[in-house]
Amino acid sequence: MKMKSHLLPEFMVERDTERCDNCKVCVKQCPFGVHYYDEETGRVYSREELCVGCQRCVVYCPKNAIKVIPYPGHYRPNDYWHEEYIRDIKKQAETGGIILTSCGSARKAKVYWDHILLNASQVTNPSIDPLREPMELRTFLGKKPDRLEIELDENGDVEIKTELHPNLMIETPILFAGMSYGAISYNAFKSLAMAAKRYGTLFNTGEGGMPKDMREEFKDCAIVQCASGRFGVDPEYFNYSAAIEIKIGQGAKPGIGGHLPGEKVTATISSTRMIPEGTDAISPAPHHDIYSIEDLSMLIYALKEVTNYEKPVCVKIAAVHNVAAIASGMVRAGADIIAIDGFRGGTGATPKIMREHVGIPVELALAAVDQRLREEGIRNKCSIIVGGGIRCAADVVKAIALGADAVYIGTAALIALGCTMCQRCHTGKCAWGICTQDPELSKRLNPKVGAERAYNLLRAWSLEIKDVLGGMGINAIESLRGNRDHLRGIGLEEWELKVLGIKGAGE
Amino acid sequence: MINRVSVTDGRVTKEIQACAVFGVMDRSGRRFDGKMIIEAMKNMRVRGNGLGGGFAVYGIYPKYKDYYALHVMFQEDDPDLKQEVDEFLHRNFDVVHDEEIPTNEEANVSDPPLFWRYFVMPQKKGEDKKLSDDDYVVKKVMYINTCIDNAYVFSSGKNMGVFKGVGFPEEIADFFMLESEYKGYIWTAHSRFPTNTPGWWGGAHPFCILDWTVVHNGEISSYGTNRRFLEMHGYYCTLYTDTEVIAYAVDLLMRKQGLPIEVVAKIFAPPMWDQIDRMDEKKRKFYTTLRMVYAPLLINGPFTVIIAHHGEMIGLTDRIRLRPITAGEKGDMLFVSSEEAAIRAVCPNLDRVWTPHGGEPIIGRLNSVEKRVVE
Amino acid sequence: MIALARLRDPFMDWARKIDEIVDAVNFEGRIAKIDARGLTHKELNDLIRLCVEKGAEKIIVKNVCGQRYIGTRLYFPGKKVEIEIFGVPGNDLGMFMNGHRIIVHGNAQDGVGNTMNEGEIVVEGRAGDVVAMSMRGGRVFIRDDVGYRTAIHMKEYREKVPVLVVGGTSQDFLGEYMAGGVVLLLGLKGEKHKANYIGTGMHGGVIYIRGKVEPYQFGKEVGIVEMEEEDYRKVEELVKDYLKYFRGKGIDEKLEVDEIMGGKFTKLVPVSKRPYGRIYAY
Repeated sequence: MKMKSHLLPEFMVERDTERCDNCKVCVKQCPFGVHYYDEETGRVYSREELCVGCQRCVVYCPKNAIKVIPYPGHYRPNDYWHEEYIRDIKKQAETGGIILTSCGSARKAKVYWDHILLNASQVTNPSIDPLREPMELRTFLGKKPDRLEIELDENGDVEIKTELHPNLMIETPILFAGMSYGAISYNAFKSLAMAAKRYGTLFNTGEGGMPKDMREEFKDCAIVQCASGRFGVDPEYFNYSAAIEIKIGQGAKPGIGGHLPGEKVTATISSTRMIPEGTDAISPAPHHDIYSIEDLSMLIYALKEVTNYEKPVCVKIAAVHNVAAIASGMVRAGADIIAIDGFRGGTGATPKIMREHVGIPVELALAAVDQRLREEGIRNKCSIIVGGGIRCAADVVKAIALGADAVYIGTAALIALGCTMCQRCHTGKCAWGICTQDPELSKRLNPKVGAERAYNLLRAWSLEIKDVLGGMGINAIESLRGNRDHLRGIGLEEWELKVLGIKGAGE
Repeated sequence: MINRVSVTDGRVTKEIQACAVFGVMDRSGRRFDGKMIIEAMKNMRVRGNGLGGGFAVYGIYPKYKDYYALHVMFQEDDPDLKQEVDEFLHRNFDVVHDEEIPTNEEANVSDPPLFWRYFVMPQKKGEDKKLSDDDYVVKKVMYINTCIDNAYVFSSGKNMGVFKGVGFPEEIADFFMLESEYKGYIWTAHSRFPTNTPGWWGGAHPFCILDWTVVHNGEISSYGTNRRFLEMHGYYCTLYTDTEVIAYAVDLLMRKQGLPIEVVAKIFAPPMWDQIDRMDEKKRKFYTTLRMVYAPLLINGPFTVIIAHHGEMIGLTDRIRLRPITAGEKGDMLFVSSEEAAIRAVCPNLDRVWTPHGGEPIIGRLNSVEKRVVE
Repeated sequence: MIALARLRDPFMDWARKIDEIVDAVNFEGRIAKIDARGLTHKELNDLIRLCVEKGAEKIIVKNVCGQRYIGTRLYFPGKKVEIEIFGVPGNDLGMFMNGHRIIVHGNAQDGVGNTMNEGEIVVEGRAGDVVAMSMRGGRVFIRDDVGYRTAIHMKEYREKVPVLVVGGTSQDFLGEYMAGGVVLLLGLKGEKHKANYIGTGMHGGVIYIRGKVEPYQFGKEVGIVEMEEEDYRKVEELVKDYLKYFRGKGIDEKLEVDEIMGGKFTKLVPVSKRPYGRIYAY
């Protein structure tokens, strides 16, 4: 005998019956079956217990008749036993399973970006006018030599004798983070690829491999991932790329592998990832051939071999304790680029416990890694990319000033495509056609429109970055990299200022 | 391995200033007195505020020309401090002669520290034997500047010297009796308008490491980036002024890495990407590589600098020319100045007057190949 | 030990009172002669003002070496004086000037005609950066080359149109953010112009360039249009004045108007009144 569910609904659907003319658009739009049409009464009703708060019906209702609000009913207020803990226990009592969720950590924790303030030039140094004078964002990712050996020939021309490592050139320090085809729909995946190609930056295939029909067109702007599950990794895969990223971990679930629930493994996913349809694609926690740092070195060089040493190799880790020492080890193991994913990083599916409780903020991780690499004299041997909840151009500027070469955006890119952060990606029922494999739902996102929106996001943020740089009296992004003098902290304790390597505001 | 001392845990205060610079070189190597440069600096008096002035002169110690001439300032009138420095120097160097730098007590300057000069040769022991003389001197100078409080080595080259402090340039010149005591074939000078530490003698320009000196007009907005890169190479910025990074960068790139000034100018002030993209393949590849490898040494923000070392005087501005520079030539004499009027004040008739594009260096070199200094 | 330094003012500390320096002036009828040797800029400008107050119509200043703001402190509506300068005037020559005429027999420095309202400045030599910056009226003629950011934010209103004529070439950012006025670059030495970012942010006014210049040198707010009758007429008038001022004074005696007008002229105008409309999201 089953107990009646003790779970309160999370959302309430308020329908303004005067405006509603029962056109049934909401019934069609909602993938969760919240709205239904009663033939007898000729009216539309809602089952609020199924509502996830994605707001799709609200946006599409032609009469603006719907309002989706947090459920006004609640348990007795309790600052310790929050509703979420109560709800999770009841769910586990019903299922005996691990609570799954998606997106990035939503917990309340200090957001260091919000405690860092930027500088501007006043009097002693002129601002540079970003609208009229050149402002340069071009960035190179990869290993740089310690020095250049040159030779002057008879004509006075300069020859460079030093052999250079391969580097990636991007026109703005923003890249699209790894979001696999599988976690997101083909249309969403393609939108990001097209926007990256058009702007002159790169996108990341995530663990799901690269669909064959996209390889030729997008090979020069794709970073392909080699994750623990080695999904979709065929020899051609590596050669149709700009760089290869070894995924050791990600911010949303440090220490464990990727999750693709069986619902999302359709025929095309099955063919791209080379696994049977309908099975869960759960990547192994470690790479089974990397159990220690020297093994990482072997994989890095194996990848360099398979690409004839023509492409940089990137290693992506989650920001955890000791990240500085780990990063140092990775650089010495041969990584050309290090990607650090903070605990706010998003995902298509993850156990909630990992998302909420494991990992450290990327701001602190970045500052620690950058400082450690400089102390060891090896900062120029790699580029640093950070990700994990970069929300706006100001976060990008602060990240670069702390020491990053570029940032990965994942969640922000999806929000540009239409996501409203309902945290239900793992159900495969994304109402916006982004995190789903359902063909009907996928159709909702037109790649041309998506690409336009993602391109606009890159353009808007790049313009904002240029504005801020000009205000600081800098006209080339390389002069901001690691320039912590342009940052000040506010509302931070002494140890936090020390880790970040910045002074307090007013100092 | 250089002792990696962390200076104030990496969060260093930076000076800000606006100023005037002037440089004059006799390319035949003929040495002349300081009258010309003092007059030129007087002409540009309104560009400073009297809280900093300084000079660098080359060829002033012919008697000790093979020895490193260390100029040291002692902030505290403390015999223990001097003793500590003396002992350190005697332990690490062969000190052939040392004396107080002669000064004029009547000069209009406030609270001068004690100035001493030592003529030394390295005396290397143990691990240090692997270092070149120059690297050894840099290491020891960095040690005194970071580890011995209130003592600063502000000049460390052979047969040259820096003289600087708090006051208008002509007052500093008066204090050190530059007009009567010294003759050199390159003179550079600076007048300062500081806002941060208004009374500190160590903060004035020129900045010097070995025989590299830099005088600078402007503010380096990329200071944090440049400084952290140089720290990775063992140079520690201890004089709280952004100009230091240029002096150390020049030592690293020109002395240690052997790059010519034409390339170094393009590292500090490279052409814009849209210009590089229009160049022919060879040039494009060269500039792209240069910017990619030496990105942390791009000097951003307004600057006009005059860099000097034995045999060369170089004037350079930032790549969008936010600070002025004018060059003038008459026979063997080369002038570089913040304003044309200052050159005309000391040399009314010039063969040529010009101002290069931002990022294009003005280079003065000795005519003779062996760079001999002629009396 | 940080010395508590006293506040010193290099602009005022050395300036003597008028009585002490009035010997530097020599008055003959309506012509005043000043020997500027050893005078600070405040002293020199004090004397120039005194001369105008005493009725001088022409002031000849010799041995000028870096004194600033010459012509600035002469707001006497109705009075018109001509100042002849021998030497190198300092920065901001004729800044805020309101209707007088200055001739420089030599080079000038930065800021010539800065925010000038009316009047004329003629420089027999080169000038520095930000020439004619924010100029609102009057005319400036430079015989040779100019530096960066020439005519930046020049403005005009109806008939009040400032004019800048440069005989040589200019460096980067010519006409940056120009909102009005006429700039004429003659390129008389015949070399290709090397300026980049010409007219960046331009939203008013016109630039005429004689000589070789490539489209990549222009900012994106600028478009090339055909020269018309009216343009040639306007330019010829200015060329005639240029030759009048400089022929025999550094410019070849025999140089004729036709030879200059025969060169290739490029006319630049802004392509939009609101070039930044697409940058902001509301």
